[in-house]
Amino acid sequence: MQLTLWTYEAPPHVGAMRIATAMQDVHYVLHAPQGDTYADLLFTMIERRGARPPVTYTTFQARDLGSDTAELFKTAAREAYDRFQPKAMLVGASCTAELIQDDPGGLALALKLPIPIITLELPAYQKKENWGASETFYRLLRGLAQPVERAPRTGRRPRCNILGPTALGFRHRDDTAEISDLLTDMGIDINVTAPMGATPDDISRIADADFNVVLYPEVAGLAATWLSKTFQQPYTRVVPIGVDATRRFIAEVAALAGVDPEPVLAGAPSRLPWYSRSVDSTYLTGKRVFVFGDATHVIAASRIAADELGFKVIGIGTYSREFAREVREEAKRHNVEALITDDYLDVEAQVKELQPELLLGTQMERHIAKRLGIACAVISAPVHVQDFPARYSPQMGFEGANVIFDTWVHPLMMGLEEHLLTMFREDFEFSDDMLASHLGHGSNAKPKAKPIADIPHHAAPDTGAIDKAPTWANEAEKELNKIPFFVRGKARRNTESFARERGMDLITIETLYDAKAHYGR
Amino acid sequence: MNADCGTAVTRPILRERGQREVFCGLTGIIWLHRRIQDAFFLVVGSRTCAHLIQSAAGVMIFAEPRFATAIIDERDLAGLADANDELDRVVARLIARRPDIRLLFLVGSCPSEVIKLDLSRAAQRLSGKMAPDVRVLSYSGSGIETTFTQGEDACLAALVPGLPAAPATQKRLLVAGVVADVVEDQMRRLFAAIGIEHVDFLPPRKAADMPAVGPGTQFLMVQPFLADTARALELRGAKPIIAPFPLGAEGTTLWLKAAADAFNISNERFRLATDVPRIRAERALERYRADLADKSIFLFPDSQLEIPLGRFLVREIGMRGIEIGTPYLHRGHMAPELDLLPAEISLSEGQDVDRQLDRCRAAQPDLVVCGLGLANPLESEGITTKWSIELLFTPIQGYEQAGDLAELFARPLRRRAMLVA
Repeated sequence: MQLTLWTYEAPPHVGAMRIATAMQDVHYVLHAPQGDTYADLLFTMIERRGARPPVTYTTFQARDLGSDTAELFKTAAREAYDRFQPKAMLVGASCTAELIQDDPGGLALALKLPIPIITLELPAYQKKENWGASETFYRLLRGLAQPVERAPRTGRRPRCNILGPTALGFRHRDDTAEISDLLTDMGIDINVTAPMGATPDDISRIADADFNVVLYPEVAGLAATWLSKTFQQPYTRVVPIGVDATRRFIAEVAALAGVDPEPVLAGAPSRLPWYSRSVDSTYLTGKRVFVFGDATHVIAASRIAADELGFKVIGIGTYSREFAREVREEAKRHNVEALITDDYLDVEAQVKELQPELLLGTQMERHIAKRLGIACAVISAPVHVQDFPARYSPQMGFEGANVIFDTWVHPLMMGLEEHLLTMFREDFEFSDDMLASHLGHGSNAKPKAKPIADIPHHAAPDTGAIDKAPTWANEAEKELNKIPFFVRGKARRNTESFARERGMDLITIETLYDAKAHYGR
Repeated sequence: MNADCGTAVTRPILRERGQREVFCGLTGIIWLHRRIQDAFFLVVGSRTCAHLIQSAAGVMIFAEPRFATAIIDERDLAGLADANDELDRVVARLIARRPDIRLLFLVGSCPSEVIKLDLSRAAQRLSGKMAPDVRVLSYSGSGIETTFTQGEDACLAALVPGLPAAPATQKRLLVAGVVADVVEDQMRRLFAAIGIEHVDFLPPRKAADMPAVGPGTQFLMVQPFLADTARALELRGAKPIIAPFPLGAEGTTLWLKAAADAFNISNERFRLATDVPRIRAERALERYRADLADKSIFLFPDSQLEIPLGRFLVREIGMRGIEIGTPYLHRGHMAPELDLLPAEISLSEGQDVDRQLDRCRAAQPDLVVCGLGLANPLESEGITTKWSIELLFTPIQGYEQAGDLAELFARPLRRRAMLVA
């Protein structure tokens, strides 16, 4: 048993739902107890889909266990076929149905429906969501893909498939658009994008492409390996998140397709490199960053953080145990030990210990960041309704790099402001609420928990205390006026409190800088 | 009794047994864990259970929850790990992290029930180990046993055997069911004004404040889904007061009146105490009638609140009821409600969601009350919806909330009318 406050991944049948829901004309009949229909809301509420996921649940109850749950499954599958008329049917069991061992695959085949039936064996007590998605996608390809005699390469444009985007994926919708445009600009045709938007017919002609572009190895790695073996389709290894990765991706694709990469690389296709070199970004130098999420996004984010924004990666980890090796490799580049865990409490403990200035993580890390008062940006699933923005905001490609620059930099404090906050870090207004204005991007809540630093409990200033306020020397007053207006009042009060604590009646420039020396880093 | 209302006994009902688009009883933890402030809910279940609760509770990420899941893995299933040792280890880690916990619920799930994990024995054992600091109880929130709000029922029923004994001669009123703190406070003031002296609420806000119960206790359910809790209270000698539920001005009046009658309070005293808030509530409802009167409403089964809600919307607001679905109909507890409900409204129990959607689309109601899985799909078809889970998260009971309750239904319609793009 594992104590779990929050789980990074759903059970594997939800991974299967992400495939089914992404596709068209596919229906998933899931043997599951009453209550498992909650998974529909992931798609209808978090992703705001306007249609129910194409899933029929048997929703058996205790009284059914005594009678015939197998018959219940058969009825559900037959009625689902009659009502929805899918072109292919996925069948399987959720965690509880796995225990009662009704064999959904055998039962569905016995119905002799005139469509392909794909049986999913997704062991719910060993595996998780991404594995379930990957396995489902692979089984679909195995069940539906047909051999194709590909036309010779000469005299036609190269053709590829885009593999991996699913329903409920972190920015999959926009990544797919961005990379489709990029491939088209390179003179490459897209044969099939799958699972997102694909029909069973599309899957059947997936072999009619020269190579595969794998956007999300967690979902499509297994499928791409199988396609490579079965239909001799090579596939891409570079995931195009970040400017450098996008450039390497373009080079890799160009080599596979036999096209010239230069036209799409010409000019300055992303603003990230210039924004990062712009002098106002100097304050980003060496910002301590902790990165956690799925393997693909964590590896990409660590690269971007270190190589493209000049941050210091002080910790990196993933819940994708299947990709632990790759994440450990990446960790070595940053001289840190990778944290491979799906235990939220472990992640929280490490973040607490390392005290990063920026946490790049999942929705779960937003909880941690809020508790600890750390700036945070979401880079990976699991996701929240806010991670499905109305605007176009890919993570991949050159536009994705622009989005990433904005998303990661905005939660951080700007240069001068940051210095003042550091200098007067004991100011009560620099604690919770003040931080909320900086950390608040994508958040509408004021954290109520703890301030970042330990705040001494000054008595509320009564009239007597104000009477005893030290006076400011002229030069000190002038010096104070050099501080930006939006923090000047706080700077004044804090220098005064610094002086008062030391029994000083007059504040000089010396006092101001004594305060700086006292509170400075 | 109104002549054109169907009675509980004779009223026809459509019984469906197909796909049920409802939550399981674990979902109740989302509000229960906020009500009892020093209680913690540990679900013993699968990753699905953990994911269900965090997804359903996705709205509340800003405070650390007082619930968690002990996820069963293949080692537990294969018998490689002793379930009791594992549970001890998990509970020890939990208590170390949250030393403020005084009451721990082990909550059973579908998998824990199918593999026949005996959580009541585990709770006894752990209670023995951790007494007196922590009390451990168990109940089932599994989908095979419970639907949505039945989880609260199971939780409260688990509390009842351990409630202190009240002297047999003492007349007490026990109000059963989770309500918002503000609603409890209002109700306490009303009962005091009516003249009922000893009033307790179950569950209390703190584990140490468990109400006493005994043969002198009469209990009044504030929620319509407390069948097991009622049975457990009756086993302790308490007597039920069966009444309509306190939704709307009429519902609240009838609910309070039932209690007043049970405590032999005079009509004059009752009216003196309730006239002012009742008239205020009626006035508050008035303003929503313009938005809602004569609009048709269709309620999908969800929380068992559907029948009282339908009664309120039809009788007090003037909406037209098309179909009222309920996951489960307790004819005894619901009798006074059914007596008030006009006979032309169809009732359905259980669900076959696709067929019910067919009926709903055919009826084209002005407003549909449904769960989160159905709301956006119906909206995208042009049907206005009110998601029902909010009715469990919002103070809706009592006089002062009658207007708020009506507003919850008026808002989707007003919003739809506002939006031009």
